[in-house]
Amino acid sequence: MRAVTPVITSLALSLLSATVFGGPAAAETTTLRMAWYSDGNEGEVMADLLKRFHEQNKDIDVVLDQVPYKAVNENLPVQLASGQGPDIARVVDMGGLSRFALDMRPFLKDPGYWESNFGPFLEWMRPAGDTQAIPGFMTQLTVTGPFVNKTLFEQAGVAMPGEKATWEDWAKAVKEVADKVQAPFPLAVDRSGHRFYALAVSQGTKIFGANGEPDVVDEGFKRAAQLVYDWHKSGVMSKELWGSVSGTAYRGANDEFKNAQVVMYLSGSWQIAQFAKTIDNAFDWVAVPNPCGPGGCSSMPGGGALMAFKTTQHPKEVARLMDYLASEPVLAEFCARSLFVPGHLGLAKKGIDYPTASPDAAAALKVFTASAAQVSPLAYRAQGYINSRIIFNAVISRLGQAVSGETTLDDAEKRITADVAQQIAERNKK
Amino acid sequence: MSDTPSAARPQPGMAAGALARVAVLPVDLALRLLDPPMRWLQRVIGVRRMPYVFLLPNFAFFGLFVFLPIGINIVFSVTGGSALFPSERPYVGANQFAYLFDCGSFLDPASCREDHFWRGVANTAKFVVFQVTAMVLFSLITALVLNMKIRGRGFFRAVYFFPVLLSPVVVALIWKWILQRDGLLNAAITTLGGQKILFFVDPSWAMFWAVFVSVWAHMGFYTLILLAGLQAIPADLYEAAEMDATPRWRVLTRITLPLLWPNMIVVIVLALIKGAQTFDEVFVLTGGGPGTATLMVVQYIYETGFASQVQNFGLAAAASVVLGLVLFVLTLLQFAAARRKEI
Repeated sequence: MRAVTPVITSLALSLLSATVFGGPAAAETTTLRMAWYSDGNEGEVMADLLKRFHEQNKDIDVVLDQVPYKAVNENLPVQLASGQGPDIARVVDMGGLSRFALDMRPFLKDPGYWESNFGPFLEWMRPAGDTQAIPGFMTQLTVTGPFVNKTLFEQAGVAMPGEKATWEDWAKAVKEVADKVQAPFPLAVDRSGHRFYALAVSQGTKIFGANGEPDVVDEGFKRAAQLVYDWHKSGVMSKELWGSVSGTAYRGANDEFKNAQVVMYLSGSWQIAQFAKTIDNAFDWVAVPNPCGPGGCSSMPGGGALMAFKTTQHPKEVARLMDYLASEPVLAEFCARSLFVPGHLGLAKKGIDYPTASPDAAAALKVFTASAAQVSPLAYRAQGYINSRIIFNAVISRLGQAVSGETTLDDAEKRITADVAQQIAERNKK
Repeated sequence: MSDTPSAARPQPGMAAGALARVAVLPVDLALRLLDPPMRWLQRVIGVRRMPYVFLLPNFAFFGLFVFLPIGINIVFSVTGGSALFPSERPYVGANQFAYLFDCGSFLDPASCREDHFWRGVANTAKFVVFQVTAMVLFSLITALVLNMKIRGRGFFRAVYFFPVLLSPVVVALIWKWILQRDGLLNAAITTLGGQKILFFVDPSWAMFWAVFVSVWAHMGFYTLILLAGLQAIPADLYEAAEMDATPRWRVLTRITLPLLWPNMIVVIVLALIKGAQTFDEVFVLTGGGPGTATLMVVQYIYETGFASQVQNFGLAAAASVVLGLVLFVLTLLQFAAARRKEI
């Protein structure tokens, strides 16, 4: 007992001194938490920018929680609903999370700057009926589009279809190439409803009915679904992506593309940085404009947004950090180093130099920037729709069943309509 | 004989004893501190009620982490909407259950409104039947072999038990690397001149490997239970059979298996419960596919509650209640089996 007493005494004294001397200094520092997912190197770039922000703002400490993309989609909504979420997060489901969004206007230095540079994208983050709030900014604007393994085309001696080529032209060409060079994936499309809509919009789907409510399964949708179904039957698409998992699970073909097993890969601009880094000189790859159909050649827009949440205890500090990160020079550096297409109108107009981009990556960025200019208003509306992920998830889940041979395409389409109606009704239940 | 008195010799246990005394110091201190209040409590409530005082912490812990979540789950199952807190969720009565059970025919999941749930039920039932049968059979064979006097018996016992120590996610990832398109197994098949097999694209193969991996991962545990049962069989019975020159097959069917039956019941019921709860291994291995060929009930609950944009906690909770009731029945079976064993 005697040996224990000095230890307890010294511990108590240490605690007391920490409170007396360390207390006021610690109270002055505000800690903000930012949840962040990465596709490429943007996590490293953000960490670097936050370090610089802290050097200029010693009273704000930002903890960057780098989390998987799945965690942002599945865990973050629960965290936010329980009031235990981060102050800021990089998200893709802006409409779904808009009910937790913080309107930063009262705390921002110049809300006008935000309106003029992020205006069209702010709608994606605003709660239904709100036309004024400023909850965040786009960390990048993405557009879907195909990557093509040019080397495989050259090895097969097949000419690449031209700029306005249709989906059918591409399907025929990539199958020919794959057969000649024994590539297991002629055409790979991410197992994602968002990517499916890059095809569906070009096939003329209207997504919404005359009353503004979703009318998912229309003629354009059916054309797109039939193409996907037939491509799986004819071997243009392998069942390994769409048919091998169930439900809403995302499956990409990044690794297969990097390993030269895919002739054409429909994904999007966010893949550029990692392809540039991992493929290097192994083979030549190019991004090509979105193939066309009866509904045009539009890609699907998207992107990640850095959103602030109203559960934060420090809205002023959050706004200071967001002002810094959204400022033109900082955002320009972020996009340049991450090889991102900026979701900032001023920067988009001026253009961004990508000094670290390889020739392949620079060419791909040029193609995707051009595609962004051709995105149809319908595609923007679909992306910004609050229940977009309900539609995307229902489509991927049910088409996956049809592709695997479990249901007919007709049954899958009926189920998509029922699933969307049921989930929207559940969401609206008060 | 040495002249040195034994007390003066260095005692090998002395250092260990001193260490043990130091180690128990905090416990001793805690007990001394607790002694006066416990004596006071005993005076107040009486000796007969004291056991409940000792049980109370465990009951509180159990109540907080088991009964309270069960209660919350039941509350969620009778509410709707997408809000997180029960107070913000509208009461919908048995609607979630009615939605789950809205079926043309329970034998045809496609006729059900919530077909994914019933596909999960059908897959789980199929998985449990194959997995439990294979588990019991292979565990029994392994236990019988490991009970024999073979060389390296200790080593083999450890080898068979080793997968039990691995995390289910690790197990699934290892087998995924083996079974994928460019995995070890396909490399072996192509080396031998065969064609690659896409195991996760074919529903039958996917279910086969889900069962196989599960048996591989958990067999060691059940083997251990059966091995303990085998070692409890009195040796004199075997000696008597040997003296009577009883054939080996007859010894197995007339002595070993009947006396091992209580352990077999425990193994069957435990494997049934574990099989019905299967999620992590199969989810990581096959993702529930192809289509929904290996979608299990627990995966359905997880996806309904967490992976969809509208996190349908009410429907997921209702499905959990249904699964909980099935598991409750299986647990009662286990208790009955255990009691029978004791008798």
